[in-house]
Amino acid sequence: MNATLDAVLALMLPVMALFSLNARDERSAVIGFMALGLLLALAWVRLGAVDVALTEAAIGALTGVLLLGAASAAVSVAVPRTGSPLLRGLLALAAALVAAGVAVIVAGAPDPAPSLAAAAVAHLGALELGNPVTAVLLAYRALDTLLETVVVLLALIGVWSLAGEGEWRGAPAAPGGTASRPVVLLARLLPPVGLVVAVHLLWVGADAPGGKFQAATLIAAMWLLVLMAGLRAPPELGGARLRGLIAAGPAVFIAIGLAGFLVPGQFLAYPEGWAKAAIIVIEVALTASLAAMLALIVLGPGTGERRT
Amino acid sequence: MSGPLLYGLAAAALIGLGLHGVLAHAAPLRRVLAFNLVGAGVFLLFGVGARRGAAAGLPGDPVPQALVITGIVVAFAATALAMALIRRLAILRAAAAGTPEEGAAPAAAPPRETR
Amino acid sequence: MVGDALASSPGGYLLVLAVLVPVIGMLAMPVMGLLRVRHAASLAFATIAVGVAVVGAVGWRVVGSGEALVYGIGGWSPPLGLALRADGLSAVMMAMAALVIALVALYARPQFAAAETAPGGRRAFGFWALLMGLWSALNLAFVGEDLFNLFVALELLTFAAVPLVCLDGTAATLEAALRYLVFALVGSVLYLLGVAVLYARYGTLDIGLLHELAYPDFATHAAIALMIGGLMAKAALFPLHLWLPPAHAGAPAPASAVLSALVVKAPFFIIVRLWFDVLPGASHEAAARALAMLGAAAILVCSVVALRQARLKLMIAYSTVAQVGYLFLMFQLTIEPGVPAWATIGWTGGMLQLVSHALAKAAMFLAAGLIAEALGHDRIDELAGAGRAVPVSLFAFGLAGLSLMGLPPSGGFIAKLLLLSAATLSGAWWIAVVISVGGLLAAAYVTRVLKRAMAPPPEGIVTSPVARSRELAALALALCAVALGLVPLQPFDLLAIGRAGVALP
Repeated sequence: MNATLDAVLALMLPVMALFSLNARDERSAVIGFMALGLLLALAWVRLGAVDVALTEAAIGALTGVLLLGAASAAVSVAVPRTGSPLLRGLLALAAALVAAGVAVIVAGAPDPAPSLAAAAVAHLGALELGNPVTAVLLAYRALDTLLETVVVLLALIGVWSLAGEGEWRGAPAAPGGTASRPVVLLARLLPPVGLVVAVHLLWVGADAPGGKFQAATLIAAMWLLVLMAGLRAPPELGGARLRGLIAAGPAVFIAIGLAGFLVPGQFLAYPEGWAKAAIIVIEVALTASLAAMLALIVLGPGTGERRT
Repeated sequence: MSGPLLYGLAAAALIGLGLHGVLAHAAPLRRVLAFNLVGAGVFLLFGVGARRGAAAGLPGDPVPQALVITGIVVAFAATALAMALIRRLAILRAAAAGTPEEGAAPAAAPPRETR
Repeated sequence: MVGDALASSPGGYLLVLAVLVPVIGMLAMPVMGLLRVRHAASLAFATIAVGVAVVGAVGWRVVGSGEALVYGIGGWSPPLGLALRADGLSAVMMAMAALVIALVALYARPQFAAAETAPGGRRAFGFWALLMGLWSALNLAFVGEDLFNLFVALELLTFAAVPLVCLDGTAATLEAALRYLVFALVGSVLYLLGVAVLYARYGTLDIGLLHELAYPDFATHAAIALMIGGLMAKAALFPLHLWLPPAHAGAPAPASAVLSALVVKAPFFIIVRLWFDVLPGASHEAAARALAMLGAAAILVCSVVALRQARLKLMIAYSTVAQVGYLFLMFQLTIEPGVPAWATIGWTGGMLQLVSHALAKAAMFLAAGLIAEALGHDRIDELAGAGRAVPVSLFAFGLAGLSLMGLPPSGGFIAKLLLLSAATLSGAWWIAVVISVGGLLAAAYVTRVLKRAMAPPPEGIVTSPVARSRELAALALALCAVALGLVPLQPFDLLAIGRAGVALP
């Protein structure tokens, strides 16, 4: 039964990819891509990675909003390319070679694979954590996570820098154009539920699948839904409180990391007995900042214009 | 065939299709989409390795799983930046052509010749 | 805390600070209103002062101890944790980045002085915030020991560099930025593909551990080939360079300087790490020759294309692609039986080329920016009068040109001489020919500009004045490139610190 599910899923993934790449119009392409995201989330569950599945599903929703928003604008940019058949053949050959190489490598890869699972579990007790993925993200490889939030911040600054002159501190355009009744209804019903789920994800993340990325993405999606329905107006990007919210997460992360220099004496090390507390503080602060940044990235640069 | 192997082959297919899409497509949105497909394939490959590395009572090696979570967020940020560039370019082009970009019917996208 | 714990060296924390200080500066910029700071530039200069001190301390420690500086983040050791490591080469790279960024910042200050809410505030805020993000990414790329951590560094670098390209916000620069982004993202994803394969194979991404574990088989070679291929696109190695000229030419001059001098060097540096520190097996002559041939093609083709450019900034950008080509000759020129790569003159020549090009090219872009500001355009055919209007800038341009041509006294001269000797000694005559022809072509495109610019100004030409401090920043960079030619023997030892099998005197 499960083997059949795996086979069907594994087959559906490239089929959906082909559909998405070759769809007639941009909108269908994006919808195909979103469907692919859901299939991927299922695949991640089957691969025993529930944390990843949650991230994939949550980010998939945000990516969908982003791509659908651009699907209308993008068409006017399309430049038909007149490549020679030879070049196109070479490109197809190169892509096929890479795919074939990867397939050969996958087939010949060691199984069971070398793994850090045992090492990751061995220190969970000292960190007072139950979820090894959280331990990797916030202890063993915490620097990756810290810098990744900086990546998101840089992307946001990059997006903001695309504003027109004199407009960049203003509010971005509301997403989605005109709001339909179902959207408004959803926007009234979903956010309270979404927030509860997000807080739950954040809270259980220390011990069960979940955590800041999933929670932040969910909150961002809820906020975008409210904005799409026109229940609230997008914020002004120059606002002090908004800016503070954005900087708070990385700042708390860095501050706790630097405090590690004093006790116990290493950057991003947590004092004994305080590891879980420190990690939860970081996760809460990061969730707030990431939620704001992810939503603002989708909203795009300031336009300076006002909408009611 | 085992589950991980099946997903590994699917990952290889996604990588190949996406790579071809990035290189061969002209429309920026499709290229970004295709880039995301390659990314999805690469992440899936990490996942296959993680599953094969299941040990110590875990369903998979948590290290590659965590790497994928980081990677997914980074890929989203990249997509967002690309989309912002594409939209800004569309606004400037529309302004240059003298037609306002806002209000352009989204569904009126003419099918683009990409072959 | 883990098993055979990695011993962090005293002062290893400096590596964390080198990455973190610019991030803190960048993080303060969005909230500068709350911090009662009016200008992003002020925050940037405070950050640069601290950052330069940190990099100086790293260099002092590395040179003083003669050993690499190591730090295990959070007390964890690889393979589970992340390590940072700076050997002599990393220290040199960081010093180069700090020097270029500090001088570029001095140059850019009047250009991006607007307060956040003032006209031009968007560009000023964007420039300084992105510059700080970029600096952090560079330092991480130079000290990262974990291949995924280096992926994060590459992404930081991309996200900082791409918006810098289109700071002016015109359709042309946005197109250039978009094309750059697509190339960079494809490069990243290929790199990440290799990382996935290596992890599934060896269960670690630490370069030091991989060096011990890796064995030559198809998967390992394919993974490293994919990673190098992706990085080649980011480093703009011919024929994957098409994104570079419009991007580097379209950015504001100080951004162009940083992009050309530093940003393309980080992926090259990671290629060097992969090639010399990860790639298993004895010698890879065929692959080395392939890289060298691409480098040679870059030198010949792009130098000729540079010669044919009508715009000054585009000419300099094509020259960057040509000069990056020299770096890739290194892989062939470091193959000497029985000698570790870092004890060869090819190694020193390649690294010297990297640093001297960074300084010279930054100087050149800054000078070109001032020439364009003074004349109101950068069309090479109409440069007459530039020598009268901005003599210091033109002098800086000429001095920097020496390095590109490989004429004494300059770092480029020593670098190309070492590469030439290595080529001749190893019997790779074709590389020797390419280096010589490349020098002649560079001489042609540099003198073409100088000749036009020195011509007497036409009747009725109107030029705008430029700040002398900005001219001096360009000149300082050019003088540094020249000064590199005066200390030829020192780098030998410095570049080998922290590399196994080299006895230091």
